[in-house]
Amino acid sequence: MRLEMRGLWKTFDLSGRAGRAGRSGHSGADPDYDYSRGHDQKTYVLRDINFDDDIKTLALIGRSGCGKSTLLRILGGLIPASGGTAVVDGHRAVDHENYRKKIGFVFQQGGLFSHLSAWENITLPLIKVHGFAGERARARAHELLERFGLIQEADKKPSQLSGGQKQRIAIARAVAPKPGMLLLDEPTSALDPEYTTEVLNMIRELKKENLSFIIATHEMGFALHACEKVAFLCEGRIMEYGASKEVFAKPATAALAEFLSKLLEWKV
Amino acid sequence: MGIFVSDTEKNHPLKAAFNLLLLCVALVVLFWLALSRIGVAFDFSFLPALRGRLWAGFLMTVGLSLASMVVSLFLGIVSAAAQSARVLILRYLAKLYVTFIRGTPLIMQIYLFFYIVGTALGIENRFVCGVLILSIFEGAYISEIIRGSLLSMDETQLEAAKAVGFTRRQTVSLVILPQLVARTLPALTGQFASIIKDSSLLSVIAVIELTQTMREISAVNFKLFECYLFLGVLYLLLTLPVSLMSKQLERRFAFAS
Repeated sequence: MRLEMRGLWKTFDLSGRAGRAGRSGHSGADPDYDYSRGHDQKTYVLRDINFDDDIKTLALIGRSGCGKSTLLRILGGLIPASGGTAVVDGHRAVDHENYRKKIGFVFQQGGLFSHLSAWENITLPLIKVHGFAGERARARAHELLERFGLIQEADKKPSQLSGGQKQRIAIARAVAPKPGMLLLDEPTSALDPEYTTEVLNMIRELKKENLSFIIATHEMGFALHACEKVAFLCEGRIMEYGASKEVFAKPATAALAEFLSKLLEWKV
Repeated sequence: MGIFVSDTEKNHPLKAAFNLLLLCVALVVLFWLALSRIGVAFDFSFLPALRGRLWAGFLMTVGLSLASMVVSLFLGIVSAAAQSARVLILRYLAKLYVTFIRGTPLIMQIYLFFYIVGTALGIENRFVCGVLILSIFEGAYISEIIRGSLLSMDETQLEAAKAVGFTRRQTVSLVILPQLVARTLPALTGQFASIIKDSSLLSVIAVIELTQTMREISAVNFKLFECYLFLGVLYLLLTLPVSLMSKQLERRFAFAS
């Protein structure tokens, strides 16, 4: 799958809400915004991202706040870029539902609709967005839930599920319409190690059926072993990019070497 | 001491019944002592003869409350929407409305609206006037209930709606509205109980609802204690089921919190 980014950049207003705005995607039209502070206080979250490669599985790594989430949100069509273009599988990434429905997106947490059961979370978008007939949507949901050992939880609401179950159902929902690309924004960062493994196993399982994905993650083992390519983001730029094994074995920049050595400090 | 202290979340029914009974006995004794000190003997025998008037008053209270619920819900929704409107005049108007109404007593508003605004607009019908005044009052509270639920909407839910490809319209109808209803319905039902009780104050502008009926009756036969005790029972008949329903809804929509 071709991923192409040209001169991509993104700024947020520095009004003390920059971080939140980035996460929520509600960067504009804040009724309580303090206009007396002026418009010039911008902070660059992404700067001049250029990228052109065929990717199958890509891990985005880097410190918190380096721009991983923002990049994924732009690629997912959840927020517009401030400038530049991104083209995913021949479709230009835009902040519009017709683009978004071609892409699967999994959030760090809380992405399942809290008023719907696991079952309805999967079938509702299939029916309303992808025009599945009810019967076909149910069959697809059943197939996925069965396959990932979640059929017992089908009728439960998210508040009755464990963190790991919620994330696996969120992934099932995202892949149900067979999107061209799955984007995962730190899907295991809010989970216990045990649940982390079950979620990562599910993603590895999906990889076998030719699913392309980009994952922002702090799980270096997963980035190394389950992702063919890895991109290291630092201060809004792609500092390093290449085959996972090579990048991890021989970091070319001091920043990546330092980042990796910090992560390894407490490894057994 | 163990039988008086709650030990688990759900107490044994016998233990609960025993404690409730004890409380009731204590309350009855206390009430009875107080009554015997001031030398009152209850006589409810006048009530059956007045059942026609009482029923009319009861129906008037129910009608006032139902109509006010509908109108105040409308006002509350409009005001909640206006409070986050982009047009500043609308936003300030809504804020002013909520602040003024919530900061002043209902009885003052009743006099103000009835004698000044009502007269100026030439609204003669007391039922219409009563419904309007009560709705303006309750609407401010409902506005805050709705605004609170809107503010507590998790932004990730809206982002997830975007991510699965819902249009704006679908996001409103499939995600925001169902979650909003789940969050507000228990509180709105509770507010309905308040409306029923607050409607009693409309008696001061001589809307012949339940309280006014009782006032008129007691002014003639001087049986104040009996009249107001019975009045309390009638209001409880209305408000208790509503409160129970509110609790039930809260349990049903527990997922929302």
